[in-house]
Amino acid sequence: MTALVNPGLATELARSDEFNADACMNCGVCSAICPMGVDVQPRKLFRYVLLGMEEQVRAETENVFSCLLCKMCEENCPSGVHIAENLRTLRHHIVRTTFGLGEG
Amino acid sequence: MPLPTGDVIGILGDNLRLRKSVLPLPTKVATKWTEGLGLPRGGKTVLYTGMMYQLIPYIEGLVKAEMKFGDSWLARYTGLGRRVNRIVNISAFMARPSAKERAVYDQVPINVVHLLRKAGVEFGALYEDDLYSGALAYDLGLDEVVVEHAKRVYAVLKKRGVKTVITIDPHTTAMLRSVYPKVLDGYDIEVRSYLEVLGEKEMTPSSVLSGAVALHDSCVFARYEGIVDEPRELLAAAGVTIRDPENSGRQTWCCGGPVESLYPAKAAANAERRVAQLRAAAPDAVTMCPMCFVNLSNAAGDTMRFKDISQYLREAYAS
Repeated sequence: MTALVNPGLATELARSDEFNADACMNCGVCSAICPMGVDVQPRKLFRYVLLGMEEQVRAETENVFSCLLCKMCEENCPSGVHIAENLRTLRHHIVRTTFGLGEG
Repeated sequence: MPLPTGDVIGILGDNLRLRKSVLPLPTKVATKWTEGLGLPRGGKTVLYTGMMYQLIPYIEGLVKAEMKFGDSWLARYTGLGRRVNRIVNISAFMARPSAKERAVYDQVPINVVHLLRKAGVEFGALYEDDLYSGALAYDLGLDEVVVEHAKRVYAVLKKRGVKTVITIDPHTTAMLRSVYPKVLDGYDIEVRSYLEVLGEKEMTPSSVLSGAVALHDSCVFARYEGIVDEPRELLAAAGVTIRDPENSGRQTWCCGGPVESLYPAKAAANAERRVAQLRAAAPDAVTMCPMCFVNLSNAAGDTMRFKDISQYLREAYAS
């Protein structure tokens, strides 16, 4: 598999101190307890971000927008990852770069 | 098939930017609940609905239309619909709930008015200036649109001399209390949920209730705003026996409502799983969020009964 990498993706997404995809240790608790099931996998999305795999993030658009932002995962995350805010940040990125929306 | 995600988000964002709400309501509809209550306009403390309860019957109508269009040839024209919607508010034509349906949701702020008065709280209302908070647009990542809208809301609060806002639903509470301070410089409004306000008053019930209910915690109240004990203490003091379902308190299970605007079928499937947990606890359940109420009620059909917490509290403390 080949992938076009944007090495600055994580930096672009880190608009505030709240974005902390790099705190994820890939344990999978989030996916195991997600009410929406295994389709929404924060750890996979965060790995794509950290590797700069922007196209793979875009390919996950439906999963990114299927997250309930209910924070069940965050409540049980052993690494203190701000999963809901990280997902919301990915939405903001997709809204601007894929849908061409978001101007005030 | 769901409608195209980008176009649906675009319509909701356009509505907030152009019409101050993701789904604009006529002023008469949005303020109907205030009729006959004699609430002063503005003041240091106001009851703020953020139009959430008033919006729900319209959102329901829109979601039903969305589910119908999603599987039809009309879905291909959602992009065109967005362009037309910028000029004419077409979303308003897609959802027209009856007066009876609207009255169910208007009853909640009315209940809260009576409860706060019984607790001795002095407050006013903002009537047509009681604007939607922008919660759905914020969840969808429309940050720039939300910041501009938040500035409008804050300007209205300052113009009306508001220092403290008493909110009803969890989403408006979280936006005004936890999001606005992050996006607005100098934001200085105190925000309290009415459940927190009532919880501090140590109210005595005038009518002691009986029976058991399954309590469905809102995930926004429980995990975003830390409101878990107040509803339990108020209900217990009113005589209600609380049956916690399998997931409760900070481990509550979401109703599915947050994805309803984009993926209604996924929201419904999640609501069915939650209803099964609640039904195992008791045949009657209490909610404290309009989105939870409508999603869970729809999923349950006639297999169990849902009531907003304000209904129980009014019966006990302000009847």
